[in-house]
Amino acid sequence: MARVLLFGRLSDIAGWREKTVEPAPARLSDLRARLAAEDPALGEALGAPGVQVALDQVLVRNDAALSARSEVAFLPPMSGG
Amino acid sequence: MISLTDQGFDPGPLLSGFCRGRAETGAVASFTGLARAEGGETRILELEAYPGFTEAQISAIAETAKARFGLHDLMIIHRIGQIAPGEPIVFVATAAAHRRAAFEACDYLMDYLKSRAPFWKKEHGPDGARWIEPKAQDHEDIARWA
Repeated sequence: MARVLLFGRLSDIAGWREKTVEPAPARLSDLRARLAAEDPALGEALGAPGVQVALDQVLVRNDAALSARSEVAFLPPMSGG
Repeated sequence: MISLTDQGFDPGPLLSGFCRGRAETGAVASFTGLARAEGGETRILELEAYPGFTEAQISAIAETAKARFGLHDLMIIHRIGQIAPGEPIVFVATAAAHRRAAFEACDYLMDYLKSRAPFWKKEHGPDGARWIEPKAQDHEDIARWA
């Protein structure tokens, strides 16, 4: 079971903020493919420039292996202050 | 000290507290960011964070600033949740031996908070809501520190 979190405009596009995916996909790329198959608009938004991924609260730039307890967060461009 | 809060705050007492009890600090600089009304376009600003991750990323930015500018101390308070125009969103204070380092560190921290800290900002106005993303100016601002 992987936990998926969406932030900012991504959660508006998907209509959810958090969900569990079971069984956990083997890799981040598998998770992306699965989310895109379920919701093509979300799949496109997740691949847009500037969208970063945090795996277990660490930014990852490439594909990565997921475990049964992985937390994957998709982070659109950040804007604080 | 780094803190996220969904409650309003008063920058005055924060600054007084930050200045207290310092023998070797010659300079304290501070910055307070307020939510703008944008001529009625923004009724409420909504700020989202990623609990745990946001604090950790800000801590990393703060550690880099401390080392780079030789800071004695710093304070960052950032609002999350719903913020009305005129309310403080962010407060940054820096303490250093001399003013240049304190000023520059404050500027640096704000540039990083604007486009590198995990916050997402939604503007609620009369015509609905929209997500705010960093502008070209924000990217130019942060590029100054490369």
